[in-house]
Amino acid sequence: MKWLSDDKLNHLRTVVSEPDFSATKYTFVKELGRGGMGIVCLAEDRELDRLVAIKILNTPDITEDLRNRMIREAQIIARLEHPGIVPVHDVGTLPDGRIYYAMKFVRGNRLDEYAAQGASLRDRLRKFQSVCDAVAFAHAHGVIHRDLKPQNIMIGSFGEVLVLDWGVAKIRDDPRSSAFHETMEGTVIGTRRYMSPEQERGEIDQLDERSDIYALGAVLSFLLNDQPKVSKAAAAISSKAMSSEKANRYATASDLSADIGRLLDDEPVSAYRENAFERTSRWVGKNRFLVLLVLAYLLMRIFLIFTSRR
Amino acid sequence: MDPDTDIGGPAHRFPATNHSAIINARSDDSRVRRRAFDTILASYWKPTYKYIRLKWHADNEDAKDLTQSFFASAFEKNYFATYDARKASFQTFLRTCLDGFVANERKAGSRLKRGGDMDHYQLDFAAAEHELAAHASSTLSHEDYFHREWVRWMFTLAVDAFRQRCEESGRAVHFQLFERYDLSDDEVSYASLAADFGLDTATVNNYLAAARRDFRRTVLEKLREITATDEEFRTEARSLLGIEAK
Repeated sequence: MKWLSDDKLNHLRTVVSEPDFSATKYTFVKELGRGGMGIVCLAEDRELDRLVAIKILNTPDITEDLRNRMIREAQIIARLEHPGIVPVHDVGTLPDGRIYYAMKFVRGNRLDEYAAQGASLRDRLRKFQSVCDAVAFAHAHGVIHRDLKPQNIMIGSFGEVLVLDWGVAKIRDDPRSSAFHETMEGTVIGTRRYMSPEQERGEIDQLDERSDIYALGAVLSFLLNDQPKVSKAAAAISSKAMSSEKANRYATASDLSADIGRLLDDEPVSAYRENAFERTSRWVGKNRFLVLLVLAYLLMRIFLIFTSRR
Repeated sequence: MDPDTDIGGPAHRFPATNHSAIINARSDDSRVRRRAFDTILASYWKPTYKYIRLKWHADNEDAKDLTQSFFASAFEKNYFATYDARKASFQTFLRTCLDGFVANERKAGSRLKRGGDMDHYQLDFAAAEHELAAHASSTLSHEDYFHREWVRWMFTLAVDAFRQRCEESGRAVHFQLFERYDLSDDEVSYASLAADFGLDTATVNNYLAAARRDFRRTVLEKLREITATDEEFRTEARSLLGIEAK
């Protein structure tokens, strides 16, 4: 038996996890990334002559029951037609039994890259609001994402916001479901930094829309993290979304989006009770133009009174 | 979704096998137990030997004795039948048993007799010793070292099984291409392989794709033999294929 060096071993590990698309309509182009759930690669759809992103899930084998459930759940995900949700084009099985699904290939930056490029706080909040709207749409159709994080949010070339990677999504009212992954009680799915406490404990049956709201709060916290001046209201929105008790979080992603909208419009937010001074400061800030106009008028009047007496 | 989406995929999927040595280690039938033991021994003796050498600072003779005695004792006392997949992976369980065994032996301070009927197993300790010398300065923890050596050994066994399978099924060329392109230290192109084997490059491409697919299947079959549950199999497969959790 020939001894395998570290380099050779690593090469073989890569080789065996590379997708074999020989029985599909796709041609492998390159690997885009890999993580705990599987590999994402760029491939060419030969029939439609376009590039697609393909995620190959890391299930070495699959039962007939799981395959059938996948089909049903993939159909639900594919029906999520929203400008903020990356469309799923196709789902299938590779010759070695691994499941893949093909998605639109989005050109642009991930949200973490977008933030690192120095986007302003207001721009970040606007993008975040779009994410909330896309998630609210999915929730309205009974789909919970379960792995929301900056790396799964893309800012496209025209500034459009797209939520990616619905591969571990859960269909509400089907507690064992997971769009493309078998999920059992005690299984921890997601990314720790953005994971709700119930998700971290592996309480699959307890996961619902508010678990995604926790993750959204963590994404907001990430966006606020490197900002020099963050208002108490913005921090309070993030904290409310990330409450350890589900009941204390926003009830819906739309409610969270609405609070972000109020924050952007310099209106009071539901997550934070202002004192009189803060209320006045915010009012002055919001009506800066009017205040300046009144001040200018008053100064003019004082000047006129002063000069007429002389 | 497109109405004609290809869901099913081609028919030749990875076949699930039910020949788990870990499950068979609990069998009432002594012959089934013996076969299960042989599989476990074949899959673990080398990482075990290297681990004892490094973690327990045993010299090669001592490590040889400890390795053989550990497996002999495991078979005689049926250690492996007590494994519970809900608590840990089999690999972790075996390593924990091994640590306990070596610690007890060290405490007893007696010179070990090579266990039971282990002498009829052809364990190539000289090769293991040679490999150990090649990577003795490992910076990994002992646990990670054991895991890495187990992965290396599983791939080595899979290469051997794959070679045999190709030869038996009249596909020796597939293995030879795989060996030249993926196992050799020399870099070769598809074109040079095509010239050497009298094939066109498209055929080389197809044969290599098929060989890699079958090799992957062989690796997973080997793994299936030494895992007890689907959950453990999936977790270990991720780790074996180098797709670690985020």
